[in-house]
Amino acid sequence: MMSSTSPSIELIGSVRSESEVLFGDLRLAVRANQWTCLLGSSGIGKSTILRLIAGLPTHVKLDGSIKSNDHLPISNRVSYMAQNDLLIPWATVSANVSLGNKLRGEKFSPEKKLKIIEKVGLMDHKKKYPFQLSGGQRQRAALARTLMENTPIVLLDEPFGSLDSKTREEMIDLTFESLKGKTVLFVTHDPHEAARLCESIYILRRQKTTSNKSLKPPFPKPYSDKLVFDLQYSLLEKIKSN
Amino acid sequence: MKAIIYIVCTFLSIFFFWELAVRLANPPPYILPTPYSVLAAFKENSLLIYEHSIVTIVEVLIGLTIGIILGMITALTLEIFVTARLILRPLLIFSQSIPVFAIAPLLTLWLGYGILSKVVMAILIIYFPVTSAFHDGLSQTPKRYLDLAKTMRGTNRRNLLYLKIPHSIPSLCSGIKLACVYAPIGAVIGEWVGSSQGLGYLMILANGRVKTDLMFASLFTLGILSITLFGLISYLLQISLSKYLKA
Repeated sequence: MMSSTSPSIELIGSVRSESEVLFGDLRLAVRANQWTCLLGSSGIGKSTILRLIAGLPTHVKLDGSIKSNDHLPISNRVSYMAQNDLLIPWATVSANVSLGNKLRGEKFSPEKKLKIIEKVGLMDHKKKYPFQLSGGQRQRAALARTLMENTPIVLLDEPFGSLDSKTREEMIDLTFESLKGKTVLFVTHDPHEAARLCESIYILRRQKTTSNKSLKPPFPKPYSDKLVFDLQYSLLEKIKSN
Repeated sequence: MKAIIYIVCTFLSIFFFWELAVRLANPPPYILPTPYSVLAAFKENSLLIYEHSIVTIVEVLIGLTIGIILGMITALTLEIFVTARLILRPLLIFSQSIPVFAIAPLLTLWLGYGILSKVVMAILIIYFPVTSAFHDGLSQTPKRYLDLAKTMRGTNRRNLLYLKIPHSIPSLCSGIKLACVYAPIGAVIGEWVGSSQGLGYLMILANGRVKTDLMFASLFTLGILSITLFGLISYLLQISLSKYLKA
């Protein structure tokens, strides 16, 4: 539906609410075709940054700029996946997957939709309503909806946060595999996920946000990779020292 | 099933104690008739009650339909146009501070003794609950859905159609059910004030002639009609909109 080349995004500036500075001197480079991670403790304002990039209303003001390397607008080519699956309760899985098409009033290929539903493994559940699904299945449906949107930029706001560990592993692999070639900005508070999946890692802090060293491609790293655990440990230390 | 048994038992015991009380205290029949004599009056006047019921039912159904449609249109207008919200909402709330009883004579003066003044009365009494319930539902659509819709570049019209309206269906249904209970009240008030037909008229007539048993028979008929209407509409809403209601 839109150009398939993923842009890179650069966010420079300071983010402040009415009463305080959330992030002074912020410099984020979100590179094309890879996962960039925003790591930080809960409540620090990670989601706010995603909302700024998605062009959604926030309680903060950005003094600075958000630019893409192709100089085209950003907010009209992002899709968004959050911890809350945001499935519409009165619509079937199938209808939820094509919600974006419906809201834009555009035609879409039913074959493509079925392919995506099959890819996320929900073929047997496509006529079910969200309340009939498990947490993992709901998140799969949300992934299918994101894939159906097929935008070059994908913002992930702790989408694995509420899943049990086995389901989470399956979901991480599926998500990583199916979002290949896209510019992904991934918000998480889990250093292990950050180390396994992301080629760039930022640690968000009130005063200073730092770019952290990450592992070399290819990604994703195996769950039990020793390098992942080493990096996870050092990331954890840095978050704690905050 | 259990609920039905409870209700039947409750009513039977009420009737039993009523009958007992009347027999013991023995008031003149025009003060309080026994349930049995009410039943007798009902049987004796069944054709009369039936004819007047039909009039009231027609008034209620027309009033209900128009009132619900007007209420829904108003709620949508309030949701779509900010200016309408600013102007109309205070006006609506002000209109609710006027008791409908007080304007019933005016309606009769303007619209005559026929069915029209009663229909308008029913509309007036249900218009606000429907508007208010539907608009609450529309305006309380979770922000997270609207944010998602924004990243999907949905148009306002389509967001309304596919997110806000479906989300507000449970509230709208509560408003409609409330309207089912209120509409007969509106119609009967209209009939009291001035008419020659309808259950309200029959009650005033029976009361004036000290036919208290007929008065009670009409009253119970009205009650049963209201409950039936409520039950029927609730059932229809439940089966036709179940996917919006169960979530």
